[in-house]
Amino acid sequence: MTLLLFLAQTIRIAVPYLFAAAGGALAERAGIVSLSLEGYMLGGAFGAVLGAHFGESAWMGVVMGVTAGLVLSAMHAVGTLRFKADQIVTGVAINLFAVGITRFLLQLAFDSSSNSPRVVGFGTNAAGGALELASNPLIWLGLAAMPVLAFVIYRTTFGLRVRAVGEHPEAAASVGVPVGRVRYAAVLGSGALAALGGAYLALDQHQFTDSMTAGRGFIALAAVIFGRWDPVRAGLACLLFAGAETLQIRLQAAQLVPSQFVAMIPYALTIIAVAGVVGRSVPPSALGRTTE
Amino acid sequence: MNRDVSKASDGAALTLNSGILRRAALEEALLPPLVALAVVLVAGDLLILAYGEAPGAVWRLLAEGTWGNSYGVGQVLYKATTLTCTGLAVAFALRAGLFNIGAEGQLAAGGFGAALAGLALPAGTPSLVAIVICVAAAAVCGGAAGAVPGVLRARFGAHEVIVTIMMNFIVLALLNYLVAAKLHVPETLHTPGIRAGTVGRLGTSIAAFHGSAANWTFVIVGAMVVAVAWYLFRTRAGFDLRAVGLQPAAAENAGVNVPRVWRNALVMAGAIAGLGGVNFVLGYKGYYEDGFAGGAGFLGIAVALVGRNHPLGVVIAALFFATLSQGGLAINAMVPKQMVEVLQGIVILAVAASVPEVRRLVRRAAGARRVAVAARDAGGSAGAVP
Repeated sequence: MTLLLFLAQTIRIAVPYLFAAAGGALAERAGIVSLSLEGYMLGGAFGAVLGAHFGESAWMGVVMGVTAGLVLSAMHAVGTLRFKADQIVTGVAINLFAVGITRFLLQLAFDSSSNSPRVVGFGTNAAGGALELASNPLIWLGLAAMPVLAFVIYRTTFGLRVRAVGEHPEAAASVGVPVGRVRYAAVLGSGALAALGGAYLALDQHQFTDSMTAGRGFIALAAVIFGRWDPVRAGLACLLFAGAETLQIRLQAAQLVPSQFVAMIPYALTIIAVAGVVGRSVPPSALGRTTE
Repeated sequence: MNRDVSKASDGAALTLNSGILRRAALEEALLPPLVALAVVLVAGDLLILAYGEAPGAVWRLLAEGTWGNSYGVGQVLYKATTLTCTGLAVAFALRAGLFNIGAEGQLAAGGFGAALAGLALPAGTPSLVAIVICVAAAAVCGGAAGAVPGVLRARFGAHEVIVTIMMNFIVLALLNYLVAAKLHVPETLHTPGIRAGTVGRLGTSIAAFHGSAANWTFVIVGAMVVAVAWYLFRTRAGFDLRAVGLQPAAAENAGVNVPRVWRNALVMAGAIAGLGGVNFVLGYKGYYEDGFAGGAGFLGIAVALVGRNHPLGVVIAALFFATLSQGGLAINAMVPKQMVEVLQGIVILAVAASVPEVRRLVRRAAGARRVAVAARDAGGSAGAVP
């Protein structure tokens, strides 16, 4: 029973990571740096609350959340692909913009600087039980995201093209792959996926609070890098990070390890991974490079 | 540069050419801030109208609340001092071809270092000695945060973007632990007041600044900006650093130890960001407070971008973003202050997106002018009309 509760809580924490990391893996495999996952998630969370509040349905929330993610990622795509803006700078800008615009709209729509009113969510209100978990369709979508992405990336034409433009855009272009269009699709896809993570978060908590994603987009990015840009490994990294968090929450009373050190785990592991101490993480070779 | 175009003539065309190039460089340096200003005005108007206020009145309020009175000027100066440090920390690393996203953590580490030194010193330490020690401690702690990505880049080729991002979270978590578990005043998340090393507030010597956070740290930071400019453009090491940033392979061929330049650049960038912590800890509050960096490190990326990675440009860009941020507070009665956060994001996007485009246009214009000059020269020497 304790194990089941542990698993349930881990999954609950992991789902936003899984969505965002799936988005990150998709964009980065196409050669686009994903610093803006955090912003997409925040936009998705706010969009979800907006949709759920005014549409009075959780599904309306999902639709609006994904729309917000698409808008933000379209800004990123147009900036970096059409205008060749630096991907890292643009990513940082999207994050700042997302924080600002959600605060501004929170004020405009709900006349509050901290949180939205309570909105509807998915499932029954069985207070955090495994049953509530199972009745939330976003949980199942989140768990399916990585396996589906792995299939798309390794087994479909689109996936082959994504990998080609991420590794060698010139070669891909020379055999007729529409490099620009594939990258647009990958960035928009990453925005939609990460926004689903934010939407899950907001609907799970039944409200939007200022900056509620709290760095989750960066944990997802860490999972992508730690998972060596492979969807399945990135998914496992998400579960690992979420498991560590759950363990920390469970052991909080015991005070074995300060919570701040548990919070460092994803970041420290990622640094170790890119430094190549145990099996080097090598990014897609055209990552961050926008070609003509 | 482009000696081939003018080799037929004497030095005159060469001088003309470099004049044109200098003009192109000037245009390139001025365009980003102008783009930023234009974008702020247009996007700001739209946001203000969306909120149902009159743009003119809001802009007037913003101007009055920032540059319109000495309190506002003091606040802008204070915020610009921190932003100059984080902006220069990003710009300095970029000159070496490295993207330092870690200024947020480096700034916090520097502030913590300054506070630690200030707490450790006995109360009677002469203030000049104490300030030097505290400032050095800030630079060392910021530099230590920069050394991790620096060494990992130099030794293992670990990508500095990833490492600096991850370091932000690690440093902030570590400092949070140290303050919350070891050093805090009960019921707060800040350390006790430092015993020595405080930098005087401007308000105590110039009555007009009374109440603002402005303090003499801006003199220290100003000296640092001059030193960094001198290092970059007047020393051998600075030349090597810029060479590595422009063409690492060519620099390597010329005998530059590229990994060492990378390592040093990130250590120094960390130290520069760390100095920013002095402004809050020694100059404003007199203690370290958890989360004081509050996004100034990330905004440093915007400052470096708009300042075109030039020390002087960074100072101007820091004043611009500081004005925006203080202006947000000034207009809060009419429009939510979050408007300026939206504007900051839009400005970065617009400048990042337009700069490559603008540069292409400027280059094309400069190229056309160069061709025109060359044609005139050729025409002059051959006696034919081009």
